[in-house]
Parts: sequence; C-alpha cells; structure tokens
Amino acid sequence: MSKKVRNHTITRVFLVLAGSLLAAGSANAAWELNMPVGVTDVSQKVFDLHMLIFWVCVVIAVGVFGAMIYCLVAFRKSKGAVPATFSHSTTAEIVWTIVPVLILVALAVPAAQTLVEIEDTRDTEMTVKITGYQWKWQYEYVGEDVSFYSNLAAGSNRTRQLRSGIDPFQEDNYLLDVDRPLVVPADTKIRYLITSNDVLHAWWMPDFAVKKDAIPGFINEGWFKVNKPGIYRGQCAELCGKDHGFMPVVVEVLPKEEFVAWLAAEQGGEALASATINQ
Amino acid sequence: MSATTTHDEHHHDDHGPAKGIMRWITTTNHKDIGTLYLFFALAMLFVGGAMSLVIRAELFQPGLQFVQPGFFNQMTTMHALIMVFGMIMPAFVGFANWMVPMMIGAPDMALPRLNNWSFWILPFAGTMLLSTLFMEGGGPASGWTLYPPLVLQTGNALPFAIFSVHLLGISSIMGAINIIVTIMNMRAPGMSLLKMPLFVWTWLITAYLLIAVMPVLAGGVTMLLTDGFFGTSFFQAAGGGDPVLFQHIFWFFGHPEVYIIILPAFGIVSQIIPTFSRKPLFGHDSMVYATASIAFLSFIVWAHHMFTVGMPLAGQLFFMLSTMLIAVPTGVKVFNWTATMWRGSLSFETPMLFALAFLFLFTIGGFSGLMLAIAPADFQYHDSYFVVAHFHYVLVPGALFGAIAGAYFWLPKWTGHMYNETLGKVHFWLSAIFVNLTFFPQHFVGLAGMPRRIPDYATQFADFNAISSVGAFGFGFSQLLLVYIVIQCVRGGEKATAQVWEGADGLEWTVPSPAPYHTFEEAPTVR
Repeated sequence: MSKKVRNHTITRVFLVLAGSLLAAGSANAAWELNMPVGVTDVSQKVFDLHMLIFWVCVVIAVGVFGAMIYCLVAFRKSKGAVPATFSHSTTAEIVWTIVPVLILVALAVPAAQTLVEIEDTRDTEMTVKITGYQWKWQYEYVGEDVSFYSNLAAGSNRTRQLRSGIDPFQEDNYLLDVDRPLVVPADTKIRYLITSNDVLHAWWMPDFAVKKDAIPGFINEGWFKVNKPGIYRGQCAELCGKDHGFMPVVVEVLPKEEFVAWLAAEQGGEALASATINQ
Repeated sequence: MSATTTHDEHHHDDHGPAKGIMRWITTTNHKDIGTLYLFFALAMLFVGGAMSLVIRAELFQPGLQFVQPGFFNQMTTMHALIMVFGMIMPAFVGFANWMVPMMIGAPDMALPRLNNWSFWILPFAGTMLLSTLFMEGGGPASGWTLYPPLVLQTGNALPFAIFSVHLLGISSIMGAINIIVTIMNMRAPGMSLLKMPLFVWTWLITAYLLIAVMPVLAGGVTMLLTDGFFGTSFFQAAGGGDPVLFQHIFWFFGHPEVYIIILPAFGIVSQIIPTFSRKPLFGHDSMVYATASIAFLSFIVWAHHMFTVGMPLAGQLFFMLSTMLIAVPTGVKVFNWTATMWRGSLSFETPMLFALAFLFLFTIGGFSGLMLAIAPADFQYHDSYFVVAHFHYVLVPGALFGAIAGAYFWLPKWTGHMYNETLGKVHFWLSAIFVNLTFFPQHFVGLAGMPRRIPDYATQFADFNAISSVGAFGFGFSQLLLVYIVIQCVRGGEKATAQVWEGADGLEWTVPSPAPYHTFEEAPTVR
C-alpha cells in the first residue's frame, strides 16, 4: 500500500472510531468503547466534560497529525524536495503558546464548575457508611441500625478459582455480583461516608461517576443522587491485595416508597433475629 | 580540568582498552560504561517483558487460567519496577554516557570512577530485587507505587525490595551528579550553554530533576521500613500518621520521575528529526525553555495521581490547573518538531521511522494525559485501564521508541558498521503495529469500567483484552529482532563513515566511526 493510501486509510479509520464515540457507553455490553452516561445529573455532567475534552483533542489531533502527514508526503527527498533553511520564528512560538493556553482556560471553566458541584455535600437526606475490608464491603445505614457485609456472589466466587473449568460466560454478571447489594432510594441526595478496616480500597460506581478512596483511620465523604431505579455495578478501584479484583460494588436503587418498605423490613428482621438469639 | 594532551595519553591510545572481563569490571571509559548500561537495559527489557507476558497471558480470557491472584500482583509490581528502574532509566544513562562527552567535545565524564560504580550497583540491585520473588511471602505485590498499609503485608521481601530501591536511587543520583559536573565544566571552548545540542540540554535538566527527587523516594521508602520494623507510625492513623502522606511523598518523586524518563527521549528525537529532515531543529532556544518549563511544572502537579483520596476542593482545583498547564510547553515541543520537518527534505531510515512513531504516538499519550488532568472526569478514569493505556503510550511508543531510535541512530558511530536497514524497517513496522494493538484497546476497557491491577475481569471486557494480549505477545517477540540486529551490527556490516547520515551535524559526527576509545583528548574549538 503506498504511503498516501495508507495515511488516507488511517485517517478514515480514526474518524470512524472517533465518531463511534459519540454514542454513550451502555452498561455491560461487549466491545464497549466509551464511558457510561450514568444515571445521575453529576454522571451526565462528567460524561459531557469527558466528551468535550475528547473532541477538543480530536480537533487538535486532526490539525497536528494533518500537518505531520503532509510533511511526510510533500517534503520527501525521494521526490526531490530541497530543504529550506529557516530555523526559528518568534511569532510562531508566541502563537502556539498563547492559543493552547486559551483553549485550556476554556476547558478549565466547566471542569471547575463540575468539581465544585461534586464537592458540595450540603443538604443530603440520608447517610450510608461504606467500609472496605480485605475483600468485601460493609454497608451501614447511619442512624437506622441496619448494617451488613457485601461479598462476591457464590457463583462468581466458584467460577473465578484458578483453573476452575467453569465458563465465566455462563455466569450472569460474572465478578460484578454480590450476595447483598447496597440498597438506596432514587431521587434522594444521599451522603456516603467511606473508610477502611485494613488497607486502602476504593468504591467505584461508574454509573454514578463516584469513586472515592477508603482509607483506614480516616473518613471520606461524598454524595450521589440517582435519577433512575435499577441495579448498578462497579468494582473496588484501589489495589488491596490478592482479591482486589473480587470485591464488587453493587447498588440496588429502589423507588422511594419501596426503599422505605425495604428498610423497615431490614430493621424488623434484625430486631426479630436479636430477639430470637436473646431467648 | 584541562583537556591538553600529554605524552602518557598518546601512549594509552596505542594500547587500546584492557582485555577480557576485567576490562568491563574496572573500566572508567564513558564509552565502555555506556555500552554496559545499554546491554543491561536490553537484558532487563526481556525480564520485564516476560513479566508483562505473564500478565497478558492471564488477561487473554476471563477466568483464571495460569497464576494465582497474589502472584499476578507480584508480576504487575515487578514488571513496573524492572522496566522503570532497570530498563528505561539505565538505557538513557547509557546514551548519556556514550554521547554527552562527545557532543560537548570532552574527553570523558568528569568523574570516571564514580561512573563505573554508578553502573555496577545496578546488576547487584536488580538481582536483589528479582530475588524477592523467591522469598517467603513472595515479592512485593503492592504495585510499583508501594502504598501502605498494603505494602506492609509483604513478607520477608520488604526490606530487600526497599534496599534495592535505595541502591537504584543512589546509582541514579551519582550518575546525575556526574552529568551535571561534566556539562557545566568540560564543554569545549566556544560551546556556550545555548549552543549545546538538545540531547545535552535535556540530560542536564533531567540530572537536576534526579538529584531533586530521588532522595525524596529514598526518604519515603525508609519511612516504610521504619513503620514496618522500628515502630514508627508515619503512615498509620492509630499512631497519628496517615497513609496518604506516603502518597504525597511518593508522587512528589513520582511525577518528576516520569519527566526524568521522557526528557532524554525528547532530546534524542530532537537530534534525529533535524538529521533526516536535512534542516536545523526549529526553535532550538524555545525547545530549551520548553524543556525547562516542563521540568519546573513537574514539581507542582504531583497530586493529580491522588484526586480520589479525599483532597479539599482547593487542592483539587490547583492540581487540575497546574497539570493542564504542562500541556503548553509539551505542545510547543511537538509543534517545533513538526516545524522542523516542514519544508525539509525527508528520508525514512529506521531511526527516523521510530522518531516519527514517537511523535504521533507520544502525542496520543499526551491527549489522554490532558483528559486525565480534568479532575471530575478523572474520578471515572483513575485506577482504570484508561490510565494504564495513557502511561503505556507515553512510556512505550514514547520513551522506549525514543531509546530504540537513538540506538539505530548511533549504532554506526559506536560500532563502525551500518546495521541491516531492511531488518531495521521490519523491526519498526512489527513494533509500531503491535504496540498499538496492545495498548489502544485498553483505552476502551478503561472507559467501559475495567479497573487496573486485576487478574480477572467481567466478561464484557473480554474482546478488547484478547486483542491487547495478542498485541503484547507480538510486540514482545518482535523485540528479539532488535537483539539480532544489534549483535549482527556489532560483529560486522557495511563500513560507516564519520558522518554516517547525510544530514548529521554536531561534534560527535566529526570523530571516526567507530569512535576511538578516547576522543577529544584535545578540545576542539566550536565556532
């Protein structure tokens, strides 16, 4: 293939790939190219910011790579090109310093605005406390006397054993399923507190654009407000030892009334359990 | 130190170097030491590379087929430690040793015996580090970043891993001192600082970065040692400390470290592109200032590796903005390289092919870096394969291709023979295609939600992981061709002229090929 045809093909493939990234990520699909839009206002903003930076990079890339490819094609010694002798231009240096700075300022404004919104933990309606363990999560509903551990689901745990011989493709939500998910209400600004019992972990929920480190001896804080009921899946995102890849994060978001009922059942169930034990 | 010739030095010239293994153990000659560093780095490329193939073999399909998760973590940790401290840094020190004295018209490095010791620490430290894989509890499995508290769960290997990091750091610091003293004191008359070639400038700046930050890493790992064995609590809340303190200390070293890795590659590419464009480097002084700006900025961005630790808003904003700012001088360099080619007269020998691939693919790594700088977006990217894709783009088709380009560029000067150009081109195309096959899909799985440092993954990530693994094996085996080409070139080949390349310019191209054992015993005058 001649260099010209090859460069043209490369450009076309690049544009196709770039164009396909217009589509938002859809959860758990194979061949997924992009980040999920998610189910919170914040995750939508984060996605939009990500796409903005991406497209700015694409435009700059087209310009810069275009100039490079043009050089490779038009200024070949084999085609008789005679080299020019110029070796500097103060004007060029000033322009290609100032213009990038202006582009960066334009990008920094929405980025800073989104960051300020993410860090605003005022006016939350409930609090959950998340504790990372080697290798599971513990969820506690602060003030509600409900807490439990969340372990990798038994099916995934069997399948993931070294040379288990079990096909992961036959396991639903392989490595993304737990025995007890965190259950929260939709349309509620929920504060989460996060810490660890042993080493660093991190709680990552891509559909909420939430990722926060769990640090032993310290409590981190954040919030999320989910617009759409459903089951959402993420993973631990800080290396925490041998089973770092095997402590998923699953959140079940219920409509408000269903959540109230669920919580009451949990509280009742636990009161009943402790009453039975005390007999 | 005067460079005047004496009767004795003429006498040594007639003898040439000593014979046998003692030559290599006791040499104080910058060319010999450069060769030692380069062969050491080449060997470490395959050691670290083998570990990456263990990783990619396990990640070829979902499910665990080959290794236990604990061993997998040892592989990811050691792969990075070997590649960073055992491969890429020694490779560039090897280039510095060979080329800096010749480029400034000096007869050798300022501190030749220190130079010998700087090298010989490396095989010792590297062996110690690798031996930890066989110790009780296995090698460190905490990632190369060695975060506590996890790293304190390492078995008997911990003190040995820390000691080897100390030794590797000492080697770098001594080498850096040598480079600064050489460049500041031994330039030929007429070579003012701004007349120095870019490769010398980038190494001068890199050497200052090394001296500034390697001691910080040493301090940090020493605190790990005392926390682990001597009852301190630097990184434990129960004793009044904080695990995040380690992260600050590590990344205060770690971020300048990545510029330490890339700046010499920038320098090499700045020598190669003008040569094969038959046109001077565009904006030489601007390139110097841009490099210095990058070095300065590299000190004030470190916490962009820590956006999710729970940093106050003001901190996140500061580090986001300072990190975005680094894009400016980096972009200036890319534009200047492009302007060098503009209206040049280009030819595409192997060094130029690798330098061009560097230009394209490092820039792609730069774009993903800009995306990572945006703190709210980073909450989705951090600790995912998107980060892995970013840094492998800047390290492999970035730094490593820069080093390979330099090897092809200077092999004729070192050996006196042209390497096999056809094989060189085959090596290039195999490397360029497979490196993209390996790392480009990692952007996608990272964005789709795959965390890093995991030995097994959810099934939706399977397809791109399979492609990445195929690419990794292809890339790894393609590097065997480089070994063949180098050895074949050392042993023979078409005779190389002094200038070697039509567009080559600089003091190093005025000495014969192969360069005599002692060059510039009498200082040249630079106009």
